[in-house]
Amino acid sequence: MTARDARRQWITGMIAMAVATVIFIVPFAFIFLTAAKTKQDASRLLFTWPEQWQLWQNFTEVLKARNYMLLLAYFNSTVITVGAVAALVVFGAMVGYVLQRRRTGWNKVIYAMVLVGLMVPPAVVPTIWVLQGLGLFKTIHGMILIQIAYGLAFSVLLYRSFIATIPRDLDEAAIIDGAKPLQVFFKVILPLLKPVTVTLIVVQSIAIFNDFTNPLYYLPGKENVTVQLTLYNFQSQFTTQFNLLFMNILLVTIPPLIVFIFFNRQIVAGMTAGAVKG
Amino acid sequence: MTTRRPSPYPYWFVLPAAVIFTVLFLVPTVASFWFSLTRWDLINTEFIGLDNYRQFFKEPFLVQGLTNTVIYAVLTSGSKTVIGLLLAVLLTSGLRGQGFLRSVVFFPVLVSTIGVGITFSVLMHPTKGLINLGLAEIGLPRVGWLTEASLALYSIAFVDLWKGVGLATLIYIAGLAAISPDYYEAARIDGATRLQRFWRVTVPLVRPATVTVVTLSLIGGLRSFDLIWAMTRGGPGFSSDVLASVIYKQYQAGFYGLSTAGNVILFLLIALIILPLTWWFNRREVDL
Repeated sequence: MTARDARRQWITGMIAMAVATVIFIVPFAFIFLTAAKTKQDASRLLFTWPEQWQLWQNFTEVLKARNYMLLLAYFNSTVITVGAVAALVVFGAMVGYVLQRRRTGWNKVIYAMVLVGLMVPPAVVPTIWVLQGLGLFKTIHGMILIQIAYGLAFSVLLYRSFIATIPRDLDEAAIIDGAKPLQVFFKVILPLLKPVTVTLIVVQSIAIFNDFTNPLYYLPGKENVTVQLTLYNFQSQFTTQFNLLFMNILLVTIPPLIVFIFFNRQIVAGMTAGAVKG
Repeated sequence: MTTRRPSPYPYWFVLPAAVIFTVLFLVPTVASFWFSLTRWDLINTEFIGLDNYRQFFKEPFLVQGLTNTVIYAVLTSGSKTVIGLLLAVLLTSGLRGQGFLRSVVFFPVLVSTIGVGITFSVLMHPTKGLINLGLAEIGLPRVGWLTEASLALYSIAFVDLWKGVGLATLIYIAGLAAISPDYYEAARIDGATRLQRFWRVTVPLVRPATVTVVTLSLIGGLRSFDLIWAMTRGGPGFSSDVLASVIYKQYQAGFYGLSTAGNVILFLLIALIILPLTWWFNRREVDL
């Protein structure tokens, strides 16, 4: 590389960094700074340093709002996310396993269902009708089951393509040793699926934690709020208190941020593996 | 009858998933075709034939929701594909700060759509918003990004691009990594310019990634709801309404049959766009 090329590359790099900073970082900086301001300062909506930092005060105020609703929301969202993701891992892997290993006519049916699940938008009101019939409407477990139903297609596809890389000899060895199907699956296969399981956990937990539409439809009611719903409700309540509204956005953004920092590499690897092969 | 040894891959493994999926996804989907033909209060149904559909296509604002859905989906999907590819090329070119840039571009993908929507509706505030202040700073007029009926949908599409382009970029980066450097070497020896290498080598060879990005973002765009709802609630007027927000509004108003008809229309629209596209993508693949 000539010196001129190197310099050109350096300049392009710098320009790209500057543009990316303006476009992608300024909005996040804006969220953070507004969340730290006083009510009057924040209402000007300016991108300035806070006249007076009061992150902690805003934090406790948002927490206490509506009788600690945000805490309840965090609890509900966590229960829904953990419950649904755990089921998606086990059930998704089981389907992907049978789908990949056993090639019969039923596979075409299962595969067609997976594609239907990926493309077809859920029919909302009839789903509410079914949930009501089952006594699951407005309940946390109903919400968990919905998230499982909607997330299955993606999980199955991801697992199926990964299981193809695990040699059948392993299953056969275990079977010869006298293992029952469940034992083969849970003791041999599932542990080998760890990389793709981590990906699935990361991707689905972010999707479910950030989900707004489904809780809006299937989980109305004050005692059932999720974090995205509190944010939505605060939007109308706090139109004059932008500092609190943005503190709420900041708090809701922290869990994905943590996941991002810890699993950055896995997200990248997993999303691309699932997306391109799927 | 011969007794067979049971398979080590029994079908009951599929059972838990199949039950949940059938009860909560397939049954409502199939039922929606029936309910869309009724006047419905969630308890009693009255069969009214195609009246819901007739009403849907008679109301100008409902039809506008349909056109908006197509515009929004094509716009967001097209821009994510083009900009995603360009960003991916830039971010694999050995740039300084490449890793940092990849993270920065990808992070918004993970952030809650509602949070992003609220933030940008503040940044797009007509008089106090940062974007307009920036425009005024360089001597340009202020724009009513979300308050002007002719603009609102496009402003939201822009935010959608901002939030979602990271995923497209990521898929393209993976696609680019799969291209053997030999092709570029050969093209260079043949004297191809940078631009020719991009058009003749990169673009054809990242096809699988393009198919993924287009399909994913198109389906996502056709179904999108939360960003639009957080930013404008479909307004001003009905100018940024899409099918998904129409479905929600009719549901809120208690028109369950009409809402479900909207769902069926959305379903048909997705099928009408995605199936031919998939078929076309697959056909082209054979030719290559």
